[in-house]
Amino acid sequence: MGAQSFWATPGGWTVLTVLQILAVMIWILLSLAFLLLADRKIWAGVQMRKGPNVVGPFGLLQSFADFGKFLLKEIVIPSGADKTVFLLAPLVAFTLGFGAWAVIPLAPGWVVSNINVGVLYLFAISSLGVYGIIMGGWASNSKYPFLGSLRSAAQMVSYEVSIGFVIVTVIILSGTLNLQQIVTQQSGGFWNWYVFGGPGGLTAKAMALVMVPMAWIFFISGLAETNRPPFDLPEAESELVAGYAVEYSSTPYLLFQIGEYANIVLICAMTTILFFGGWQAPIDFAFVHHWPATGQSFYGFMWFFLKVIFFFFLVAMAKAIVPRYRYDQLMRLGWKVFLPTSLVAVVAVAAWRVFGMQA
Amino acid sequence: MALQAIAFYLMAAVTLASGFAVVSARNPVHSVLFLISAFFSAAGLFVLMGAEFLAMLLVVVYVGAVAVLFLFVVMMLDVDFAALRQGFARYMPLGGLVAGALAVEMVVVSSTVATQGAARLNDNPMARGAGAAANVTNAEAIGRVLYTNYVYFFQAAGMVLLVAMIGAIVLTLRHKPGVRRQVIADQVARTPKSGMRVVSLKPGEGVSE
Repeated sequence: MGAQSFWATPGGWTVLTVLQILAVMIWILLSLAFLLLADRKIWAGVQMRKGPNVVGPFGLLQSFADFGKFLLKEIVIPSGADKTVFLLAPLVAFTLGFGAWAVIPLAPGWVVSNINVGVLYLFAISSLGVYGIIMGGWASNSKYPFLGSLRSAAQMVSYEVSIGFVIVTVIILSGTLNLQQIVTQQSGGFWNWYVFGGPGGLTAKAMALVMVPMAWIFFISGLAETNRPPFDLPEAESELVAGYAVEYSSTPYLLFQIGEYANIVLICAMTTILFFGGWQAPIDFAFVHHWPATGQSFYGFMWFFLKVIFFFFLVAMAKAIVPRYRYDQLMRLGWKVFLPTSLVAVVAVAAWRVFGMQA
Repeated sequence: MALQAIAFYLMAAVTLASGFAVVSARNPVHSVLFLISAFFSAAGLFVLMGAEFLAMLLVVVYVGAVAVLFLFVVMMLDVDFAALRQGFARYMPLGGLVAGALAVEMVVVSSTVATQGAARLNDNPMARGAGAAANVTNAEAIGRVLYTNYVYFFQAAGMVLLVAMIGAIVLTLRHKPGVRRQVIADQVARTPKSGMRVVSLKPGEGVSE
């Protein structure tokens, strides 16, 4: 009884929340270590190389070796740089990359903060990601970083628009901004996922015509939003050396890198939650419902994790097999293809929601 | 309640301090960064009031879009501050007058609103915010008001924005003759057949068109 009342007090709640945040962060950091390796391994595999294979069995500890190297190197600050902003930029990138995970439902009931405007929060945080890059590029006081950060700002602002509209289609279908509820609505089997039109029997499947392209647009816009290949123009090494990160070294560079990968995994998680049922299993096995709650949570978490890894695999494959876009092609795709398509989709989904859903 | 008060004063202080820093910072980029900090703490104040929808919108619209464009423009401008500060003494009285008038107006309006709000709270404790009574979320409550009572104003605001957007495009649109443009359709339609010709050559002979 004593323990129970402790968790209900403000102090206990704070301790509990801090522990939850730590658990989520450590899980993400650990996953990132291996996902980074997986990224390099997949890339290598497509090109028939071996990839990192020296540190640890199959190179499994490569990321940890890199981590140690980054930490032990000297932090070089260019003499013409704006020191405060220069050091603030990677911190902003890192913090935002992890801040968004606060509202991601990992499993039934597993979410640090179950707020009512979760989708908006995610959108807000991901739209802030551009600041780390702009600040870093400007504060470096050097040409290539500056050009890289300008490109990145234009690119992220452009693709945010289509990401926003795609998210709106899901919000209209689900009628809620709460991520936990969005996932719960997609229960029952993969045909109830929003990529196939969401729950609501056979008539809802008509919406798959709209939602499958929307999921596709969301994923591609996500690649552009996180500066991943084929949209990695801010750091196009053949043109800008390393873009906004040219002047960064050691720990600040590491923070940038971790923030970027956290954002990539976040986009994978958002795709999973909004379109592919979050922690719902593709087929709703009845026997799972008899398990204890903790078991069900772990079961859901497993599905969430698997789906996120699948999308990360797609991201890594895109890096390996798609050539980089030209800048005018990138802007054309964002403004002339994705934006009109997603706008029409919003109108279509809204019309269906008003006229077709009750039938 | 004490914790909320502390949070309020902290965020209000940060908002005011960053607002002051926006106008006093020497570097325009720093000004924009302070502006972002001010937006952010204002969003925090909204959350404290229970208006999380407005808070998120503030961050999405102002921090995520508007301030990025500010930063974009300011970073590329080379602002000469010596020239800007030259007329400072001359414009000071007028500027001070405008600022004073604005401050008085804001105090009057906010005190009126506060009195009305307090009276309504005393009248009916259930009317604490539109959302609290009917158990609807913030976003729903705003949407209901926006699309019923204020739908014409809402649409009018949208039209104003549309006109502003078209105006900006019309003002900046230039048709430059003689500029080579990328025609994506042509590029996509290109096939190996149309883009390349295989010629068999005998040694010692050149290609003749």
